[in-house]
Amino acid sequence: MSSSTRASVTEAGALAGAPPEVEPHARPRRGLIWRARRHPTVALGAALLVVMVVIAVVAPWLSVYDPLAIEALARLRPPSAEHLLGTDAIGRDLWSRTVHGGRISLLIGIVVAILATSVGLVIGLVSGYNRIADAILMRLMDGLMSIPAILLAIALMAVARASIVTVIVAITVVEVPRVVRLVRSVVLAIREQPYVEAAIVVGSRFPKILIRHILPNTIAPLTVQATYICAAAILIESLLSFLGAGTPPEVPSWGNIMAEGRAYFQLAPWIILAPGLFLAATVLAINLMGDGLRDMLDPRFAKRM
Amino acid sequence: MWGYIVRRILATIPVVAVVAVVVFSILHLAPGDPAAVIAGDQATPQQIAAIHARLGLDRPFHEQFLVWLGNLSRGDFGTSIFSNLPVSTLFLQRLEPTIALTITTTLLTVGLAVPIGVIAAWKAGSWADRAVMTFAVLGFSFPVFVIGYILILVFAIWLDLLPIQGYRSLEEGLWPFLRHLVLPSLALGISFMALIARITRASVLEVLSQDHIRTARAKGLPTRQLLFDHALPNAAVPIVTIIGVGVAILLGGVVVTESVFAIPGLGRLVVDAILHRDYPVIQGALLIFSGVYVLVNLAIDLLYVVIDPRIRY
Repeated sequence: MSSSTRASVTEAGALAGAPPEVEPHARPRRGLIWRARRHPTVALGAALLVVMVVIAVVAPWLSVYDPLAIEALARLRPPSAEHLLGTDAIGRDLWSRTVHGGRISLLIGIVVAILATSVGLVIGLVSGYNRIADAILMRLMDGLMSIPAILLAIALMAVARASIVTVIVAITVVEVPRVVRLVRSVVLAIREQPYVEAAIVVGSRFPKILIRHILPNTIAPLTVQATYICAAAILIESLLSFLGAGTPPEVPSWGNIMAEGRAYFQLAPWIILAPGLFLAATVLAINLMGDGLRDMLDPRFAKRM
Repeated sequence: MWGYIVRRILATIPVVAVVAVVVFSILHLAPGDPAAVIAGDQATPQQIAAIHARLGLDRPFHEQFLVWLGNLSRGDFGTSIFSNLPVSTLFLQRLEPTIALTITTTLLTVGLAVPIGVIAAWKAGSWADRAVMTFAVLGFSFPVFVIGYILILVFAIWLDLLPIQGYRSLEEGLWPFLRHLVLPSLALGISFMALIARITRASVLEVLSQDHIRTARAKGLPTRQLLFDHALPNAAVPIVTIIGVGVAILLGGVVVTESVFAIPGLGRLVVDAILHRDYPVIQGALLIFSGVYVLVNLAIDLLYVVIDPRIRY
């Protein structure tokens, strides 16, 4: 917190000290690395996330065992040199399963973040552009947002066949309304700006204004929002799988591994704790990135609660 | 003021209508024929057609929707496919544990998070503030079920202080009732607490920089009175708003928490319904949870008039 105020003070100082004839655009832009140094939590989040992504990418080489291989003689083994995180109820190696689970979680998080922001962006722009569409779309979004996220995702999964694709679609549906609200608020705020009024006066058509002037203003808040959506999607996916409404049970996703560990928790708590801590660390890393990005890009609109 | 109240109440109607249409449509798309399930394996096509006609499944979508709405208005949520009991009966059986859990969680979280946030704002920049902010970020990133299992491991298995899981109703005594609710409430409440503490801190911090606080401090008002009587009421609107928004997290978390701690409440009913693909139960639960969320937020919006006399839309 204090570091962000310090950064803005120095920026204001640079502005005040600049010669008056210099346009605001010409003020020296600081590199992202420089900014990241001023925000240690972001650096921490980024480092943690890099570790998680690397683990997920090289998972096949990190895992000593096949994540699906059953070893009947090594059931419920505690963590040891042979099995780093122990084994589950049918003797599968938990380290191998957990690192593979990271691939699924990150894949779902990233795909949902991209899908939800793109769909939300289009709907939000349409909504900010057309009053009638706005009235209808916003009522729909309000309604969707009144259904608690997990329950809406559960209901969507209940009517769909369990697969990674349906999980992605269900979580996207849950997250889209939040993006729409954000984009719409940007459109409504920007269209009151003098330079937009000027563009209207010189005869620019609204679609052109939307793309030339309004769209670029949505990028910063949307980037922040996409980060939070990625974290939320990973959380919701694990919850859905944990409750038996997510990815098919044979997929070694974190939620599925934890669901299988429930019956053995008193005997073998590591089955739940290993993927659980990986999950928490990943979500934490992404959230820290999001908070840092928000401070760095300072989008006044991205204060998602 | 009355204009605002009436307008706010009217504004919930389209929201509720959209929720009803969405919930009905989702479950209408559900694969499988409920009539075939009810009729059983040996049914002839004629029998299935008869059940179709009896349940109104042969009628067009909008007619089915209106019939369904009419039933809802009489408190009829349909019949569970799995247990063959009315959904409303199932809900009433499961209501008590869920209400107990949500009330204890809300009291615990609001009671702890608001003072923590106020203190963090007062000591902004100190180690106490950093600790609170760290907790806020951590609490928001740890999923309910991971927190739940860590709490079980530490307090129930290692320290053996509290029961691992289960539920005791209030009739079985206040002590067992509370003992069984401590861990679930904590697990469910931590992310909610993180959210409230964070907003309280930000909101109070903003109020603390205002002139009337400086005046109050100059006239020698004790810190506690300054913070809780002068700063907090002026910072209340964002805090109360976030409590309303957070109710959605709480309600979603109930489903998971009840599952982790084997509490026989509404959330557990939903999880069982997923496994049995018991659509009427899922549908009803969706409506109840969304209804509670809408009503809580309506109440909060109406509360603004009381909290902040400046609000006179």
